[in-house]
Amino acid sequence: MYSPHTETDRAAMLRAIGADSLDALLAQIPADLRAGVADWPAALAAPELLAHARALAAKNKPLACFAGGGARDRFVPAAVKALTQRGEFLSAYTPYQAEASQGTLQAIYEFQSSVCALYGMDAANASLYDGATALAEAVAAAARIAGRKKILVPESLHPEWRAVLATYFAAKGEPIFETVPCPTGRMAPDELARRLDDATAAVVVATPNFFGLLEDGAALAALARAQGALTIAVADPVSLGVLEAPGTWGADFAVGEGQGLGNALNYGGPYLGLFACKKAHVRHVPGRICGLTTDAAGKRGFVLTLQAREQHIRRERAASNVCSNEALCALAATIHLALLGPAGLREVAELSVDKAHRLAEKLAAVPGFRLRFDGPFFDEFALECPVPAERVRHALLKEGVLAGIPLGGYDPAWKNVLLVGATELRTGEEIDRFAAALGRAAT
Amino acid sequence: MTSLEKLSIEKSVPGRRGVRFARPEKPASAWLPESALRKTPPRLPELSEFDVVRHYTRLSRLNYCLDTHLYPLGSCTMKYNPRANEEIAALDGFAGLHPAAPDAAAQGTLEVLWRLEKMLCALTGLAAFTLQPAAGAHGEFTGILIAAAYHRARRDRKRTEILVADSSHGTNPASAALGGFAVKTVASRPDGRLDLAALQAALGPQTAMVMLTVPNTLGLFERQIREIADAAHAAGALLYMDGANFNALMGLAKPADFGVDVLHLNLHKSFSTPHGGGGPGSGPVGVAAALEKFLPVPRVAEKNGKFVLKTNVRGSIGRVRSWAGNVGVALKAYAYLRGHDAAGLRSIAENAILNANYARAKLKDLFPPAVDEACLHECVLQTEPERLNGIKTLDVAKRLLDFGFYAPTIYFPLIVHEALMIEPTETEAKETLDAFVDALRAIHAEALADPERVRTAPHELPVKRLDELAAARNPNVAWG
Repeated sequence: MYSPHTETDRAAMLRAIGADSLDALLAQIPADLRAGVADWPAALAAPELLAHARALAAKNKPLACFAGGGARDRFVPAAVKALTQRGEFLSAYTPYQAEASQGTLQAIYEFQSSVCALYGMDAANASLYDGATALAEAVAAAARIAGRKKILVPESLHPEWRAVLATYFAAKGEPIFETVPCPTGRMAPDELARRLDDATAAVVVATPNFFGLLEDGAALAALARAQGALTIAVADPVSLGVLEAPGTWGADFAVGEGQGLGNALNYGGPYLGLFACKKAHVRHVPGRICGLTTDAAGKRGFVLTLQAREQHIRRERAASNVCSNEALCALAATIHLALLGPAGLREVAELSVDKAHRLAEKLAAVPGFRLRFDGPFFDEFALECPVPAERVRHALLKEGVLAGIPLGGYDPAWKNVLLVGATELRTGEEIDRFAAALGRAAT
Repeated sequence: MTSLEKLSIEKSVPGRRGVRFARPEKPASAWLPESALRKTPPRLPELSEFDVVRHYTRLSRLNYCLDTHLYPLGSCTMKYNPRANEEIAALDGFAGLHPAAPDAAAQGTLEVLWRLEKMLCALTGLAAFTLQPAAGAHGEFTGILIAAAYHRARRDRKRTEILVADSSHGTNPASAALGGFAVKTVASRPDGRLDLAALQAALGPQTAMVMLTVPNTLGLFERQIREIADAAHAAGALLYMDGANFNALMGLAKPADFGVDVLHLNLHKSFSTPHGGGGPGSGPVGVAAALEKFLPVPRVAEKNGKFVLKTNVRGSIGRVRSWAGNVGVALKAYAYLRGHDAAGLRSIAENAILNANYARAKLKDLFPPAVDEACLHECVLQTEPERLNGIKTLDVAKRLLDFGFYAPTIYFPLIVHEALMIEPTETEAKETLDAFVDALRAIHAEALADPERVRTAPHELPVKRLDELAAARNPNVAWG
């Protein structure tokens, strides 16, 4: 449908090729292996296609979103959408020809710089698939650097991320993961100390963690370092508008889910894996990296660099198999951060913290409900319900509220726990509606 | 050092704002311990909205892109990205949906995912698909984990090796290694096809899987694919098809008929979703019926017209990423497919094949093809430095930029000397190909008459040739 070929074009081209027909060009595909598609629907014309899509979109229910878990309903400025939809960015590919891709390359350099600024790191890559896969890559890099096989992972890390780690390394059989229990919702330093040994390659520290709680990153990283282990921080980039940077509190690697920076929820993707590290580890970074250089006339320019790490050069000895990443999502994040600046990012973070705490106060005041954990939290919290959290969420749907994520699906012990969060977008009216409906939901 | 365009941070003016938010009732310090708060703000630019719009618009204009230039990158299938698909994926009902929304609130999206999986099954003949993998390489890795799970379930623990063709994409061996497998490379014959005898010699009780790209990276169909599949199966191994080049088979042939057990497709190649400067992509994986239970979770299922997302599936390899995949990309691919009927799908492949052969026919006297026969969706030509005053493929590629064309994929596949891998795709018109052919012919003539002009290209671009060695020697990857 999008081919411009007329019959005249086709005939002229076949003549130039010296082929009698198009079929002649297909001769190398054995005839018994040629088969068209069966049972394929009729093509939809443009207006009908849009109407069909609108009808499907309307089957999704619009809700006031109090769910998080690494996917956040945040404000995306119009300029982010307008600029990322420019064909010059949208319809280009990995900047293999640097001289004809300086726009994409400089934007990647600015992205890497912004990620380093947020996380307090020296180097970052051009992005990975999502936060969970970024963590898997960091774990692989840390194990390689340390030459050790054990990775300590807290229970306070997102269960889907823990599941991804398990999947990624199951076939290889290493590194080996050991879970640090977190009965208080946080990783206790003595629990970590008990498990650290000279086989430990790295410790994963998520802060804010899956339950929204702040961990004592500095204390945990110091314990790891004392045993010669590396620290991999997991942090929501928006939280770093107000929270101390992982690089400052002692992390060697930092990863995060960057969706909340200018990207839509999209039912889970495309998202944005953020990956940063200290300078010493730059040659172990997976995926694309953009570097500054000069051209033959001495003018500043940008290229993909340190390619000796990559799959197209090193094949089975590459640092990672990553080729395509999430470049356009990274561009959205770069533009988003340029629009917000340090002050805007701080405002978003503070608004989220403030609204989440007001929400928590109101929900915990509803009879039967309480906060599951003590301790400082950022913009999400675990709400202990008197009934299964799944039932609470279901009841709130009727009020137009997505109340959060019921955690029983991840761990039966969390059956009554609802993970609830607020962002800068939640209004006082929505918060009040949520609190008012919660009382009815418990009965 | 002069610069083309200042960095955003170099344009920063303290106090300038691009977007403002309401004030919180209380600052973060009212809720959070002082020790957790950052002492210095992150070094991000301070700019007005207009500063930002102008900056990134100016940057965008430094790019060649498909919308402005032919982008004949072989193996990347740079076809037109229909704008209708962008509009559809951005509909609020889709884009605003939280991934933890219960199934009842996500019926529209789940229906699209389910339908797309079925359409990919129809196109490939395979029994089941997952839309989880975020890119082609991620799909390969998923396929490798499926192979590992398959052999483990059969208690066949000796299968530690994966065979790849020497013409394969670099991601194939890299993905196999990430899965913990040893990689053995099988040679191609002079006609560009896998050497069946070499494959048979390499196969054994240690072989977990054979990975093959079809059509291969020379743009050629593996004529002996059935024999290859039979040999792999007879040895107890699976056959993986790297479907990066599926554009050549769209509506023409089904990989299941070849004997393929596992394959990945690239929605950002064959299915028209934009490449975005390096992603997001999407690398759905399809499998034969016997392997369905190993597919990653979550899985989309249909029951009485209702759609559900299943997270607990016995036998599944587990999660390969968080949530349900690059759904926004899947939406665009779904819209693309619904715009075509069966004949329309076939014409995608046919016109792609026609275009590649046209370029090949018009250039083969000056840039000899790696294999002298008709190609499918792409052709691999060669520069002959010994006849061109030492001018190499890299020089030709850089000079092409001056003529207003992005360069083909170069120096790949690795088995071809001085390779120029050209994939025009079906969305390019004859007159564009004619102009491209004229440019390459002119560069060939220039290489004979004025090689220095070619060797020092590009001349018309915003920057001259960039020093990649210096960049790698002293990496400067952030403004610090």
